[in-house]
Amino acid sequence: MRKLAVLAWVFLAALAQPYRAVDATGKAVEVRSIERIVSLDGITTEILFAVGVGDKVVGRDDSSYYPPQVLRLPSVGYQFRLSAEGILSLKPTLVIGREDVRPPQVVDQLRQAGVAVVLVPAEPSVEGAKAKIRVVAQAVGQAERGEALVRALERDLLALRAFQTQRASPKLKGLFLYLRGPGTTFVCGEGSTPVGVMKLAGLENAAQGIRECQPMTAESVVAARPDVIVVFKKGLESVGGLEGLLKLPGVAQTPAGQKRKVVAMDDLYLGSFGPRAGRAALDLFRAAYLKEGFVEVGP
Amino acid sequence: MGGSSVTKSLVFPRSRRYRLVLLVLALLLVLALLLGAGLGAYPIPPLAIPGILLKGEGVEYQVLTALRFPRVLGAALVGALLALAGAVLQGLFRNPLVDPGLIGVSSGAALGAALFIVLWPGAGVLEVYALPLFAFLGGLLATHLLWRLARTPLGVQVSVLLLSGIALNALVGAGIGLLTFLASEQELRSLTFWTLGGFSALTWRLLLAGLPLALLALFLLLPLARSLNALALGEREAFHLGVDLEALKRRAVAGAALGVGVAVALAGGVGFLGLVAPHLFRLLAGPDHRYLLPGSALLGAGLAVGADLLARTLAAPAEIPVGVVTALLGGPFFLYLVLRYKREVYRA
Repeated sequence: MRKLAVLAWVFLAALAQPYRAVDATGKAVEVRSIERIVSLDGITTEILFAVGVGDKVVGRDDSSYYPPQVLRLPSVGYQFRLSAEGILSLKPTLVIGREDVRPPQVVDQLRQAGVAVVLVPAEPSVEGAKAKIRVVAQAVGQAERGEALVRALERDLLALRAFQTQRASPKLKGLFLYLRGPGTTFVCGEGSTPVGVMKLAGLENAAQGIRECQPMTAESVVAARPDVIVVFKKGLESVGGLEGLLKLPGVAQTPAGQKRKVVAMDDLYLGSFGPRAGRAALDLFRAAYLKEGFVEVGP
Repeated sequence: MGGSSVTKSLVFPRSRRYRLVLLVLALLLVLALLLGAGLGAYPIPPLAIPGILLKGEGVEYQVLTALRFPRVLGAALVGALLALAGAVLQGLFRNPLVDPGLIGVSSGAALGAALFIVLWPGAGVLEVYALPLFAFLGGLLATHLLWRLARTPLGVQVSVLLLSGIALNALVGAGIGLLTFLASEQELRSLTFWTLGGFSALTWRLLLAGLPLALLALFLLLPLARSLNALALGEREAFHLGVDLEALKRRAVAGAALGVGVAVALAGGVGFLGLVAPHLFRLLAGPDHRYLLPGSALLGAGLAVGADLLARTLAAPAEIPVGVVTALLGGPFFLYLVLRYKREVYRA
């Protein structure tokens, strides 16, 4: 019986190769081998490990730092300043990255060298997260595990909704600040990923009329009257922690500043719609609605 | 061109040193090209390269022919164009601090590229070819505008050209600043890639598209050496030596705009080479334009190939922006030469 199962499995595995995936650009890519994968995007790396092919990943980009063991892998640099030869030097059989990698020539150069390149969608929404998971899972022949991830994401979102209906009103206003040192501060609004996760968590976006991220002005922060200020952990460190954030012009004059209501979250966790988007939103919801004062949320 | 009997008297007695330096630079360029083709992030033993090329297939062959060769040759071409344009413009303005950016061509190109990126989002495949074209046209337009501004009844005034160039650069800087403010994050990435410059986007197709214009620029600029030598004495003196000043200015500015336009279209805003290469040659050999123009081109090409080689191997498999490397390499070396010059001339 077991022999039969093994035989059946071998037969099925033989059928499954090569894998086919339709990527974000609508291109049908044939993946002949997944022995050596180079991932050019943090969320993609996360998905690769979640569907069980993490041991095949031989290279990453700078934005891939989860799960922690990927830090041991060589990095091909920033995903928007790529070089084809650097990627090829890792002898990949499959390269997966976002559809907006730069320069776009690199994709053609890799394909010309006989490497399968799959581009994943980068839309900052729940639907985008699902599409990302499905494309990556299909490319490595793990469609089943991909669907399981999608279902887990949907479960997290259901749990989140259950929490939200228990504590429906009033909605709090959240303001996301993108910080890179006290001199480089941005307010993010519609179209930016952290604000997307924030709205998913049931916070109202306090930065009305701002698309993506724009330089922060003190008066606009005061005028936004946020009840909660949300930041990335690294961003908070860059301005000298909570005290440094409260010293930034305008922050202390907001309801959030007066109550010291700040939520600091991991960049990759809050800043991208991936398999953990539902849990990230749930954590943010808890931190904003169910806790007082300064909250640090770990992945 | 000027009367040859007169310009003969302008020959410097240092021709031997000039020839020697030119020869060394040519050899260095060949060495840089060979090193650039032989070394890279992808491990290929340099000695195996002829065999791989003869075989004509496989990933190694692809890496060499589709990635490394166009990149190395493109870097050499861009370096040569920038350095030659810099040398000619420094001679034309009789000011050693002039760099190709001053006649508006670099900033015009950057503005052309920025406009394309922000006003035409999601161009996708088109971007690869349309963007260089826009950059090129932007550069030529900006230079043409400056040229019109600097025309007076007494001919083109170089001082007016310089001042308008500074004004135009400020305006274009504001325009690019505004565009970066309006740009979405994705557009911003394209913009930074474009303004920082680099050789990683070079492909055969791009290189061949730029080659005819690049050759035209070389053809316009290299024969200007004698007239520029005469101009070194002053505009009036050059006029009396029979130099057609207006034609010289026209050719120099058009050729420089064309050359820098092509360079920017191929590699974005790689700075520093156009300013420094002519200086290096002057410090190594001397100021005679007949040697300075080809010498700067050789030196610029060698520097660009060397800087690119370091940029793509030091942090392999990742890549350092090439502008960082040119500044890190060129800056201290340049400073050392200046100090040596100071010691020699002023005994300080």
